Amino acid sequence: MKDLLFKKALFTASLLLLLIGAGMVYTLFDGALPAFDAFGFFKFIGSTAWDPHPDREAYGALPFIVGTLFTAFLALLIAIPFALPVALFTGVYYRGTKAAHIIGAIVDLLAGIPSIVYGLWGFYTLRPWIIESGFSTGGFGIFTSAVVLAIMIIPYASSLSAEFLSMVPNDLKEGAYSLGATRLDMIQQVVFPFAGSGIFASFILALGRALGETMAVTMLIGNTNNLPLSLTATGNTMASVIANQFGEADGLKLSALIAIAFLLFILTALINLAGKFIIKRFNQ
Amino acid sequence: MITHTKFRQLKDKGFFILICLLMSLGALPLVSILFELIRKGYKQLNIAFFTETAPSTLDAMLAAGTGDVIPGGIANGIIGTLIMVSLASAVAIPIGIMIGIYLAEKPTAIFSNIVRFVADLMQGVPSIVIGIISYAWIVCSFQSYSALAGAFALSLMMAPLIIRSTEETLKMLPPSLKEAGLALGASYTSVVLKILLPAAFGGLFTGILLSISRVTGETAPIMLTALGSSMITVDVMRPMSAVPLLIWEFYNDPNLMDMIWSCSLFLLMLILTLNIIAKFIAHRWKIQ
Repeated sequence: MKDLLFKKALFTASLLLLLIGAGMVYTLFDGALPAFDAFGFFKFIGSTAWDPHPDREAYGALPFIVGTLFTAFLALLIAIPFALPVALFTGVYYRGTKAAHIIGAIVDLLAGIPSIVYGLWGFYTLRPWIIESGFSTGGFGIFTSAVVLAIMIIPYASSLSAEFLSMVPNDLKEGAYSLGATRLDMIQQVVFPFAGSGIFASFILALGRALGETMAVTMLIGNTNNLPLSLTATGNTMASVIANQFGEADGLKLSALIAIAFLLFILTALINLAGKFIIKRFNQ
Repeated sequence: MITHTKFRQLKDKGFFILICLLMSLGALPLVSILFELIRKGYKQLNIAFFTETAPSTLDAMLAAGTGDVIPGGIANGIIGTLIMVSLASAVAIPIGIMIGIYLAEKPTAIFSNIVRFVADLMQGVPSIVIGIISYAWIVCSFQSYSALAGAFALSLMMAPLIIRSTEETLKMLPPSLKEAGLALGASYTSVVLKILLPAAFGGLFTGILLSISRVTGETAPIMLTALGSSMITVDVMRPMSAVPLLIWEFYNDPNLMDMIWSCSLFLLMLILTLNIIAKFIAHRWKIQ
């Protein structure tokens, strides 16, 4: 009797999670519906309009979608050359040693720093450097945000890919060594072919992280509603436009922001599922 | 032939040096962040910092004018963070562990796969979207920004992490443990509660601490739900402040700039301490 009750409780908790998950999707979709109705789903995605004036109210998500993808992919591009060495160091060169543990701990600490602190650092330390270097005058924009995003996802990408790197069986590596391979040869010929898809998945998951980052980007991207087309352009990401404008939004504008949240939800879900799918295939 | 071998060895050495170089370059931001926070933040860390509420713009301006330390502290944020994180933990920990047990006990059932899928999906949802959900469900229902809504948002972020860590830890336990308990005639409930959970304690506790440290620094969902308050409040149905939210407020007020650093330093120390304790426990209670 008690066991039955206990099992029922476990099942109910799990069911609750499903209901919450379904409720989240429903709430986002329901909130987004007025905006999709008013402008049409594809028009909303493809439009660059953002005008809250009551007489000609019009909203479109394109600048924010472009801003999100632009910053996130750029961040990934910047992050890879730093994340991969960390992963190789802890997962291949010094696997299981004290040095790897210490570096792993530092990476975890980096991963624990809150988004807003990264934002502050970007604003007060990185931005002056960028202005000084003459790259852009205000120091805000796509590039600045992408650099900070990159720093934020390096720990995540490197600790995930280190896990896959350390899964490479020892006999494969020893086989390569016994054939006269140097460590670099071994990494190129054995480690990458074996763990490649896992590393790829790690970077996809890191990309998913970058897509949804809010506070740091909000502080650095400049918060303008134009289509960002260059590295120095200011703009907004889907997350930052919500963070900036949600407080004072109502009516159609609120719906447009929720619609952007819905699209962001779909985007990150797809990216994460792709990453998880590759990992599942890797593990089999 | 020899030159070719030499070349390959050189290439190998060069690659290793490149890796070490890039790695140290990647560590620079951490050093820079810590350095900046400590350099600019330490002077504001005094008793008042922990006992008084955030100063008004005027007070801060006067203090800045005379070169003094800004009066006041972040007590309203500390108490708010404490209340919201505790409330979120009170909901997310039991439910998360229950779901984790369910998944570990029925690993291959279709229902489990769906639950796991949804938990994975929820873990990837951007925090700002979680904020909107909590806004729509709690803030709109009660017609007021509230600490409750903030705590709910945090619990939505914590639960998937706890589910994952519970399931992973329980899966690492040897099946003989459970079988021995059942063979001795213990009921299923007591096997789970008195044998499996205590044996998995280290992993569970680590997961819980990491999830707490993860949500303690969250700003975006709190901003949309708890809104912030300049007073110390304990009423969970009313707006409330939090440490990361105060950083955001100070950031938007040039007069309070000095407070940003001490506040961030405090938040970072809090989170790093949680992380380090979690690491320590994970190390101590490692399942053999």
